[in-house]
Amino acid sequence: MHEMGIANSILDGVAKELRQRPGSRAVKVGVRIGELAGVDPDALSFAFEALTLDTPLAGLVLDVEYRAPRSRCRDCSREFEVRNFELLCPGCGGVNAECISGDEMEFAYLEVEEDEPCAAGRKSSE
Amino acid sequence: MNRVPLEGKVLNENARVAAELRERFREHRVLVVNLISSPGSGKTTLLEKTLESFSAAERVSVLTGDLQTENDANRLKRYGFPVKQITTGGTCHLDARMIEKHIADWDLDKLDLLIVENVGNLVCPSSYDLGEAAKIVLLSVTEGEDKPLKYPSIFFKSELMVLTKTDLLPYVPFDAALAIENARRVHAEMEVVRVSCLTGHGMQDWLNWLEQRKHAFLAGLPETVA
Repeated sequence: MHEMGIANSILDGVAKELRQRPGSRAVKVGVRIGELAGVDPDALSFAFEALTLDTPLAGLVLDVEYRAPRSRCRDCSREFEVRNFELLCPGCGGVNAECISGDEMEFAYLEVEEDEPCAAGRKSSE
Repeated sequence: MNRVPLEGKVLNENARVAAELRERFREHRVLVVNLISSPGSGKTTLLEKTLESFSAAERVSVLTGDLQTENDANRLKRYGFPVKQITTGGTCHLDARMIEKHIADWDLDKLDLLIVENVGNLVCPSSYDLGEAAKIVLLSVTEGEDKPLKYPSIFFKSELMVLTKTDLLPYVPFDAALAIENARRVHAEMEVVRVSCLTGHGMQDWLNWLEQRKHAFLAGLPETVA
């Protein structure tokens, strides 16, 4: 259950970005996680919700792009997605492929909303 | 609504500390290996036999991780080499900060090899870089041959798979060739040694692997000025 620590690190990243953007509210955070990263997406979502509950970040949506590993054929240089550890190259049928991605755990994006215009501004328009 | 790109690794703090540790280990020419397996696959026993085989002049030390108790450190201290227990309290893996903290008072210039025994867990430790040169995964013959496919992350990231408890092979329906084939489906370059700590069979293969890995590590370092 290391997903709790990972969720916490995602929230640290969000908080850091928000400090650069005063007046913004985070709505959604996107991360890319490879199937070989050893992270369970459901456990991560659960941890994420538990950690944000009753905090200023409550309701923040976590968008996990769970990515299949990719390999590159050493014989014909074709890159392909690996399903069920089937390492056969769809290009040349060879079995001489090296894994080039699949254990990533990276930030992708943050969706922010600007806060309502300040109270003084609203008042003057009434 | 405004979407802004975010960059960097999620575990960037751990990655930063691990990179610093890796640089220090290279600077001091210490090979660090990170042993990972399910609970009960025989990490501590393999370490006992390994330390037992070393001469007193061997410059080795061990960090051993568990949720609770100093039991493993006490088992390993009997061989006369520096051993420290890391008790995580409840955390299911070691992280780079724990390594940094526990080696703080060790003189790395007096070491050639540091063996880290991770918390018994086939999942979580694979996500945390400890600054090691190599991860090593243990699989005992009383487990399933399909474990590499069920827990691909750690097999993908390990250089070596140690098949342990091979003395039990006549008594259990474990197909070693299939287990190795599965490990190589996840990681084509996986090296394999088969060890029985009970009979000592294969121990020399494991010790040879460690010795060769040490040479490869040193050969990969920039030349030091005499």
